[in-house]
Amino acid sequence: MTSQQTLTFALMDPPFESARSTTALRLIDLALRRGHHVNVFAYEGAVSLAFAGQKAHANAVHGRDPLEEDHPLTRDWIAALRDAAHERGLRLDWVNCGLCVDERGMEPSITGPRRGSPTDLARFIEESDNTLVIPTGD
Amino acid sequence: MSKKLLHIVESAYRATLEEQDDPVVWLCHALRGAGAELDLLLQGNAVAYGVRAQQVAPLQFGSRRQQHAPDLAGDLNALLAKRVACFYLEEDAAERGIDASDLVEGLVPVSRAKLPMLFAHYHQVHRW
Repeated sequence: MTSQQTLTFALMDPPFESARSTTALRLIDLALRRGHHVNVFAYEGAVSLAFAGQKAHANAVHGRDPLEEDHPLTRDWIAALRDAAHERGLRLDWVNCGLCVDERGMEPSITGPRRGSPTDLARFIEESDNTLVIPTGD
Repeated sequence: MSKKLLHIVESAYRATLEEQDDPVVWLCHALRGAGAELDLLLQGNAVAYGVRAQQVAPLQFGSRRQQHAPDLAGDLNALLAKRVACFYLEEDAAERGIDASDLVEGLVPVSRAKLPMLFAHYHQVHRW
């Protein structure tokens, strides 16, 4: 059993564009399962990950209605991570870059993630044991 | 003592017209303003950020003329003024025909072979 650490993730991708967002959430899930506190700084398109307005849809190609399709929504995954952290007594501090939220109209977010600024990222970096940047690639 | 960070920008000209800057160079400014100790390394196409002569034509759609085109070289100059060291990968500049004399004063060339030594000076390296 490793000692408890605090890990910071800086994310940049919006949902439904690449596998990087899912990979990031899988890493956050694993960190929580291993008993670590997690900070997230959602920058640029990543502020859409926790947007409360995401809606599941039917899929005619799959021949499924919305209920059957159970279309993945990153807001639901983040809510599940939030709840998992709470159940384990861990901290998942998810900060959306406020300017990035404004320019995209990505409010409100689900309960849990909060509005912040690069000052939060600076503090996260200082206070955590390590930081992983998962940027938008070319 | 605060952690010393190196930010690496490689994905260049990503939304620079929409953001009126490079989002990671902007973030470096914001983090520096928040008290972070950091430096910047430009590699890949981002080495062109330092070219003094680059000009961005004002963007216009219909009658809507966009003000404040990005000034990437100017943003690097402003970082230098904040005592942020700005490095560029010299092989990437050479591949693109960019001579050191084309670049804003104060940018520091670093060879690919010396990157490990550069990285060793920092607590964390953030590659964007």
